[in-house]
Amino acid sequence: MNERNQLMDEKTLRAIIEEVLNEVSAGSAPSKAPMGINGRSGSTPAAGSRTLTVTEVGEAKPGTDPREILIALSPAFGTTMFQTITGIPLADVVREITAGIEEEGLRYRFIRLYRTADVGFIAHEAAKLSGSGIGIGIQSRGTTVIHQKDLPPLSNLELFSQAPLIDLPTFRAIGKNAAKYAKNESPTPVPVKNDQMARPKYQAIAALLHIKETQLLDPRKKTQELRVEVR
Amino acid sequence: MTRSKRFEVLDARPVNQDGFVTEWPEVGMIAMESPNDPKPSIKISNGVVTELDGKARADFDMIDTFIADYAINLDNVEKANAIPSTDLARMLVDFNVPRSEIIPLTTALTPAKLTEVVSLLNVVEMMMVVSKLRSRKMPANQCHVTNVRDNPVQIAADAAEAAIRGFAEMETTVGIVRYAPFNAIAIMIGANIGRPGILTQCAVEEATELKLGMMGYTAYAETVSVYGTEPVFMDGDDTPWSKAFLASCYASRGLKMRFTSGTGSEVQMGYAEGKSMLYLEARCQYITKGAGVQGTQNGSVSCCGVPAAVPSGIRAMLAENLFAMALDLECASSNDQTFTHSDLRRVARTIMQFAPGTDFICSGYSSTPNYDNMFAGSNWDAEDYDDWNVIQRDLKVDGGLIPVGEDEVVAVRRRAATVLQGLFRELGVTEITDAEVEAATYAHGSQDMPERNVVEDLRAADDLIKRGVTGVDFVKALHRSGHDDVAQTIFNVLSQRISGDYLHTASILTEDFHVVSAVNYPNDYQGPGTGYRISPERWEQIKSIRHAVDPATI
Repeated sequence: MNERNQLMDEKTLRAIIEEVLNEVSAGSAPSKAPMGINGRSGSTPAAGSRTLTVTEVGEAKPGTDPREILIALSPAFGTTMFQTITGIPLADVVREITAGIEEEGLRYRFIRLYRTADVGFIAHEAAKLSGSGIGIGIQSRGTTVIHQKDLPPLSNLELFSQAPLIDLPTFRAIGKNAAKYAKNESPTPVPVKNDQMARPKYQAIAALLHIKETQLLDPRKKTQELRVEVR
Repeated sequence: MTRSKRFEVLDARPVNQDGFVTEWPEVGMIAMESPNDPKPSIKISNGVVTELDGKARADFDMIDTFIADYAINLDNVEKANAIPSTDLARMLVDFNVPRSEIIPLTTALTPAKLTEVVSLLNVVEMMMVVSKLRSRKMPANQCHVTNVRDNPVQIAADAAEAAIRGFAEMETTVGIVRYAPFNAIAIMIGANIGRPGILTQCAVEEATELKLGMMGYTAYAETVSVYGTEPVFMDGDDTPWSKAFLASCYASRGLKMRFTSGTGSEVQMGYAEGKSMLYLEARCQYITKGAGVQGTQNGSVSCCGVPAAVPSGIRAMLAENLFAMALDLECASSNDQTFTHSDLRRVARTIMQFAPGTDFICSGYSSTPNYDNMFAGSNWDAEDYDDWNVIQRDLKVDGGLIPVGEDEVVAVRRRAATVLQGLFRELGVTEITDAEVEAATYAHGSQDMPERNVVEDLRAADDLIKRGVTGVDFVKALHRSGHDDVAQTIFNVLSQRISGDYLHTASILTEDFHVVSAVNYPNDYQGPGTGYRISPERWEQIKSIRHAVDPATI
């Protein structure tokens, strides 16, 4: 399948929009949202070889372990969306980020926010609850931020704003660098990538994918601790 | 199925790599005239707006409240809103009705009314109105100066070159946010070596951006974003009041600033409330006006791919520029983001602002090859310099650029890199080697630059801020490094914030630090022979492209 057909096929877009609209018409309250919300678990449909299972296990608490990285997921991550904007299975994304953290000998926890789908705020919330003060925020389409608790919310340590350019080795490097910041090291930032044609190709679909995230928001619901399994 | 060879060729064309979507009003995937857009209305009681665009005050969201309380000129409100929209649209296009008569009316319209009026115009009529309503008499242009490695030496050289090419304002941003102090210094020094009086900024997180401004690392700010629906504001922990407060922080420090907004941002952020992109942008422009900000950067900007994907989206971008002008704001009219693979489409998009002229036609034009553009690519880049110059010459349009020669460019790039090398040495930050100066002198992009030690750079940049090194320290360090002329120039740039004259609408500075703004040079266009006309001197510049053959030599 060539890139254009995969991403810009009008039928695909319509299907996404229809799905969004169905969610709207079903009411955007999370209690009516698809699987994975409100403590129920969601697992990957047959997208890749690995299965991602995300289960809420109660309200997220601040950590005290200076050797932990907190990873915050956006609302649709592993619940209604299972691939990044370029089709990388989110199970593999989780596996690479956590592997990067483990390589540096650190631990990790997962949380999910319902207050916002903005990746800067998601990452900052992770940093604030993280025992090390370092957090990673990630949206389902792949946009990722490494954050530190004492920075302004929309600042960051490292920002990967162009989701279509983030591949699995980059996700692993993100996990590794986050762990290094937590160890008070000054890692060389993961090399920034830039593709001026990412916007013409992907922006409209990114908008639709983001609508899928914001439909799942619930300002009254507290940030949740997650159990995330990749099999 | 046997494929038509014609269609195979068509499918391979760049335009068919672009993303297109059919309209879908329910989620706001519509550029203009959504069936869910409100109908214009306004009711006033005891000087308070009690109804706005079909909504009673009790039902106002925070944006309605802000607009009703601060953004609408109530003096003319009944008279202006009573004029049929078709009549208003015709008055806008009619050059016999001067800007000075239009502005008191358009600033009194409601957002839905202004949207309705502008939506009656076709693009040629809109361009006509831009000629008349642009706030500053003479158009100008702005550029981006960035690179994918945040190399400060290259930024200084590219900024210096961009300055002699004619840009009046320049902005940088970062790949890695901690590089911001270096990028800000490099663009300010480079730009003002190329041509004294260039305003520079560094687009980063808002608190950091303000801090850099206050410390004298930048001369203006632009990336203060506002949005047309309440949830998008709240997603960023903001309100119109918090943005107005931020704007006043800049004003109180004597720093020029403008807001940024654009069609498509609300649907991009997932909260368009089923309204058209253009109507929501009208709300943004009223927020800007209500906050007392002198200007805006709009024209979809970084959300360009969204309206560009739907019908009439490019027209909507021109319409939103018109909103800014109708509200008497400076308009930096975007043309700054890649939205298409097609060279034809990107020219068509830009002609809308290029032909009539805006306060800043691009905001900005990439002064580097697009692979180095850290605003994710601009609609125009360094490889298009000669195309832009030739189109100016073809159409006799002042697009703000000046054709320049290779020797001149090489010399000014070397000077900028050398001065930055001396400045860095005196500031006690990371070394700039002679090899880097040499590479930056001849470089096209970061692929031609040696790699720097990023970790050491970040540590040094952070240390500059921690030490409290300010713009005044740059001036002293430039003096110590033997570059008194550059020291004087940077001192003059910093001094602007004391007089504050460049806080007037649409200000730019000449090389003698004379302010040119909508106040001392208002747009007085009233048809042929009036308004801005290319002077004989300026025409000589525009005509002098590099490869024109002189018949006398044949």
